[in-house]
Amino acid sequence: MPSEAARRRKGWAFVVPALLWTLAFFIIPFVVMVMYSLWQRTGTSLVKAWNFDNYASFFEKSHFVAGLINSLEITALVTVISIVLAYPLAWIIAERISPRWQRLALLLAILPFWTSYVVRSYAWLLVLSKNGYLNQTLISLKVIDTPLEIAATRVATVTGFVHFFVMLLTLTIYANLVQLSPNYRRAAADLGANGFQTFWHVILPLTIPGVMVGAFLTFVLCIGDYITPQILGGNNELVLPQIIMLQITRRADFPTAAALSIILMVVISIAYIACARWLKMERT
Amino acid sequence: MHRLRSIGVISYLLLVYGFIFLPVVTLVLFSFQEGRFPIPPFNGPSLKWYQAVFSDSKLTSALFNSLVVALLSSLVACFLGFLAAYGFARYRLPGAGPIKAAITAPLTVSYLIIGFGLLVTFNMIGVSRSLLTVGVGHVVINTPLCFAIIYASMGDHQLNIERAARDLGANDWQVMLRVTAPMLLPSIIAAYFLSVTFSWDEFIIAFLLSRFDVTLPVEIWSLLRSGLNPKTNAVGSVVFLISVVIVLLLEFTIFRRGALSDRKS
Repeated sequence: MPSEAARRRKGWAFVVPALLWTLAFFIIPFVVMVMYSLWQRTGTSLVKAWNFDNYASFFEKSHFVAGLINSLEITALVTVISIVLAYPLAWIIAERISPRWQRLALLLAILPFWTSYVVRSYAWLLVLSKNGYLNQTLISLKVIDTPLEIAATRVATVTGFVHFFVMLLTLTIYANLVQLSPNYRRAAADLGANGFQTFWHVILPLTIPGVMVGAFLTFVLCIGDYITPQILGGNNELVLPQIIMLQITRRADFPTAAALSIILMVVISIAYIACARWLKMERT
Repeated sequence: MHRLRSIGVISYLLLVYGFIFLPVVTLVLFSFQEGRFPIPPFNGPSLKWYQAVFSDSKLTSALFNSLVVALLSSLVACFLGFLAAYGFARYRLPGAGPIKAAITAPLTVSYLIIGFGLLVTFNMIGVSRSLLTVGVGHVVINTPLCFAIIYASMGDHQLNIERAARDLGANDWQVMLRVTAPMLLPSIIAAYFLSVTFSWDEFIIAFLLSRFDVTLPVEIWSLLRSGLNPKTNAVGSVVFLISVVIVLLLEFTIFRRGALSDRKS
């Protein structure tokens, strides 16, 4: 039998490749980004004077703060609307559709997930643009006279996001619903609860973890996304990732982009800690 | 009452599935448009935009680049993830908690930030942008995914079979490659294909880290600058078709077994 230390060395040997990759291409780049955020770009050159000017300018420049506020507002809207749409869908699939067809129903619900992310936003542009599908249908039905200006507004961004995150939330809520023991329902019925009372007081509270996991994923993916707001929201109302990309591609101002990226990461981390804490409290 | 509720359920399903399918159906339908604009009225069907896609060498080489990057980077990600999962599941390692957290950390950071971090780092040490740097970025985002999927499927029930193999004289490598890996094959394949689809569809890292040779999402992105165009519809439909074929293949091959055993129990 090899010694414990030798076994441990062998175990580490399996873990080290992944760890080294993470260190070289994730942790070190993060450190480099933090360094950049403390440097400045003046003119076309990089000045390696260490200070917090980039962070200070975030709070001084109103369009940066406005970007963060736009991001938060859009993300909150998307998360709430997606939950409201996805919960009944997950519930109907889990409760109303026979087990034979549940798999198909889920597969159909997430089918658009397999379209390319960039193309999916473009497809919404087809539907929502000024002479697109929606406007032409509404005009021919005589609901409206002049086309609605939806493309390049917040409504379009939110629609595109909701379309993506309804699928995600349907999956997490469905997974939570089907693992509930039928005994809860029987016990509630034995104690005299009707269908609605059982749902409201028993099933709904038990599925909150599924909702929370989905909501957290929605928050993180939505607030960090550049593609959907850029294609659907246009340039009228920038969100933080759009502002970061502008600094990188247009102005080549890496220090400012780095500082903004770190601010975005801090916001996501706060949400992560809050969510993890909440789930822990729920479990105990 | 019961009937009323059924009507409510059915109309809700129609509404939500309608919402889910609306853009996809519009995309595919107007890829067959005859005219120059993918907006109503529909005046097809015509295959000329598909012809335009396949005769566009920029698009076809981007498609090829995307496939190469996705297949190879996922191979690396799966290999790294499998090794780490094996190490953590089969050896008691002190300080495993923080290391596991470090390996899965990229899952919680947005792709934009991962891509930008790599961009400034490569910039600083003078590595020029190419498909290779894109692949490196995709390994960063997919290794934690592969690790998590494979680690979750490694239970104690496989331990006895591994022990039996060892008693029969197999060495560590033989146990890992000829006993453990085959037992975990379904989850390894699932991790690989999920990783392939993520890499195949990834835009922002590929956009930031590529230069002359680009992947398909980046090429589609530059196509978008020309506004609404049936050619974009056609590319989008082709990508959709490829993904659906992959999903259906997976559904009817490796996941079939699981579905059957569920039904029996």
